[in-house]
Amino acid sequence: MKEWPLFEIFIRSSHGLAHRHVGSLHAADENMALQAARDVYTRRGEGTSMWVVRSSHIVASAPEDKELNFDAADTKPYRHPTFFDVPDEVGHM
Amino acid sequence: MYAQMVNTGVSRVESREEMSPEARRFQERVDADIRIEPREWMPEAYRKTLIRQISQHAHSEIVGMLPEGNWITRAPNLERKAILLAKVQDEAGHGLYLYSAAETLGVSREELTRQLVTGEAKYSSIFNYPTLTWADIGVIGWLVDGAAIMNQIPLQRCSYGPYARAMIRVCKEESFHQRQGYASLMVLAKGSAEQKEMLQDALNRWWWPSLMMFGPPDAESVHSAQSARWKIKLFSNDELRQRFVDQTIPQAEYLGITLPDPDLRWNEERGHYDYGKIDWAEFQAVVAGNGPCNRQRMQSVNSAFYDGAWVREAAAAHATKTAERAAQSNAEQKRAS
Repeated sequence: MKEWPLFEIFIRSSHGLAHRHVGSLHAADENMALQAARDVYTRRGEGTSMWVVRSSHIVASAPEDKELNFDAADTKPYRHPTFFDVPDEVGHM
Repeated sequence: MYAQMVNTGVSRVESREEMSPEARRFQERVDADIRIEPREWMPEAYRKTLIRQISQHAHSEIVGMLPEGNWITRAPNLERKAILLAKVQDEAGHGLYLYSAAETLGVSREELTRQLVTGEAKYSSIFNYPTLTWADIGVIGWLVDGAAIMNQIPLQRCSYGPYARAMIRVCKEESFHQRQGYASLMVLAKGSAEQKEMLQDALNRWWWPSLMMFGPPDAESVHSAQSARWKIKLFSNDELRQRFVDQTIPQAEYLGITLPDPDLRWNEERGHYDYGKIDWAEFQAVVAGNGPCNRQRMQSVNSAFYDGAWVREAAAAHATKTAERAAQSNAEQKRAS
């Protein structure tokens, strides 16, 4: 028998944060993946919403492209508010 | 532990000078506590060892459901039954987290299942002992899960990202397992003479096998040295065992039970408890397949796998059929519009 496809599971917690990746599981189809995700990843009230996505549908950046993708930001500290000094006298900004 | 005597496939630990440039970069990242992620370069032996270790850990969670499953229908009341069901369900979940982590290293679930069903892969020695009375269930939660926690807490910081993350999730849930066990023992400890006797008897049978869970002393082992270097083993077997003994003794005293070891005493000089000699011949026999329940466990694993085959096939057939019907109705809608 062919192995069931792999699904990635995302759960949104009750605190209003975005869906977060929590793990993966094998299931015959999307519906079964949702049911299994409830049993495997929300046994203690961890979530208010679930997403299941076939792992094969995820496109990921390559580890060897890490520098290419992310190092450019290192030379742009002015993108952070802490780059700029604001005198105490002007109060909260 | 849940993974015992994991073979690293190396005959000695390489020095930094002998390493290839990639291997050296890898080791530097490990030394700097940078997590290794699935698609990054890693030594082949690291990958293979982790597959062995994580899958053995996963198999232990799955086989570990069997001794406790024995008591689900025999639990003394509905609350205990619900708690035990929840715990056993957790073990299945822990197995799944771990299988998923192993799969990120390039091995398929199918292959991992095959290794378990054929007996090619090992699981922890502890699950080859029988659960004869209800007290065994409490003692398993207290001692067996307690020993597992000792090992799993440091593994939350291990070098392989998916394994570390699985351990964080497992540890969150494991504390419930130990406490529910101890809580049920407190009831027995305050109960009738028969209940106290049952508790002491369970402890007598589980104490030594629990200590064996940590595996033989590993001072001399090249595999332990290599695993430590890779940070997939963070403390030696004896260090963890000592911690476990030190932690457990006051808990046993509170229950008013006697640990079955006449050599157990506080050593002021070491600041630890001394304990008696462990029967490693028994451990080796169990690992070799000759424990009290090895055959029964393998039979249960096999019948679950083969008797459940039709369910897996039916689910797959249903998924194919629904996908085909959805495609058909899409095509019809397109033609209609």
